[in-house]
Amino acid sequence: MLSSIGDFLSNGSNIAFFIFALFAIGGAVFMISFTRVVHMVTALTFTFLSLAGLFVLLQAEFVAFVQVLIYAGAITILMIFGIMMTRHDNEEEQPIRPAHNVWLGIGCVGLFAVLFYAIQHSDFTPGTFDPGMDNTLAIGTLLYNQYVILFELMSVLLTVAFIGAVIIAKREED
Amino acid sequence: MGMVISPYLTLAAILFCIGLYGALSKKSAIVVLLSIELMLNAANLNLVAFAKLGVNPSLTGQIFSLFTITVAAAEAAVGIAILILLFRNKGTADVVQMDTMKQ
Repeated sequence: MLSSIGDFLSNGSNIAFFIFALFAIGGAVFMISFTRVVHMVTALTFTFLSLAGLFVLLQAEFVAFVQVLIYAGAITILMIFGIMMTRHDNEEEQPIRPAHNVWLGIGCVGLFAVLFYAIQHSDFTPGTFDPGMDNTLAIGTLLYNQYVILFELMSVLLTVAFIGAVIIAKREED
Repeated sequence: MGMVISPYLTLAAILFCIGLYGALSKKSAIVVLLSIELMLNAANLNLVAFAKLGVNPSLTGQIFSLFTITVAAAEAAVGIAILILLFRNKGTADVVQMDTMKQ
C-alpha cells in the first residue's frame, strides 16, 4: 500500500493531479460548508481554476483557457452580480428540514458508491491519443468543418439566451 | 508509465455528488445555480478525460465539452435573470418560498 503510494507520487503529473484534485474537492466542500454566499462563490472559483489545471494535464489546453475565461471569469462575476441585485441577508440560516438533509446525504453517498463501484469494475483500456502540434488549431479546424452546423446552432442559442435574459430582467415600467 | 482514467472519473463523481447535495439542500437560489454549474463541470471533466484516455480517444470530447460550457453559460445568464425578476416580484431569493405553482 505504502509503496504504491510512493510509486504514485514519484510521477510529476500524478503529483499535479493530486494537488489539483485536492483543491477541487476542497473548494467544493467549502462551498457546501460556508454560510456566506460570497464566500461560497469564491470557494467554487478555486474549484473551477483547479479543474482548468486538470484540463491542462489532460492535454486540453484550449478547453482549459475557455474554462478560466467562462467559469472563473464570467459565471463567477455573474453570480456576484446576482448576489448584489437580489440583496441577500447574506446568511444561510440553519436548514428547517434536517430529516430532508439527512436522507439527501444518504442518497448522495449512495450514488457515489454506485458510481465508484462501476468505475472500479470497468475495464478502460486507453487508446493512443494524438494531441497534434497545436490543440487550438486542431479544435478550430474540426469546429469549422465537421461541426459547423452545431457551432452555428450554439451561436443562435447564445444570442437567444442573452436577448431573453435582457428582456426578462428589464424593469416593467421602462 | 501510462496514465489511467479511473482517478479522473472518481474525482468527477465526487464533485458531481457534492454538487447534487448542494443543489438539493441549499436555500439560496444563487447557491443552487452554482451547484448546478459544479455538476456540469464534473461532467465536463469526464468528457475531457475520455477524450484523452478513453478507448477511442479523439478531439470530439473536447469539442463536446466546449458546447457544454456554452450551454452552461446561457443557462446561468437566464437563471440569474429569472432570479432577479422573482426577487423583484416576491422580495426573496429563497427557493423554499418560490412555491407559487403549489397553490
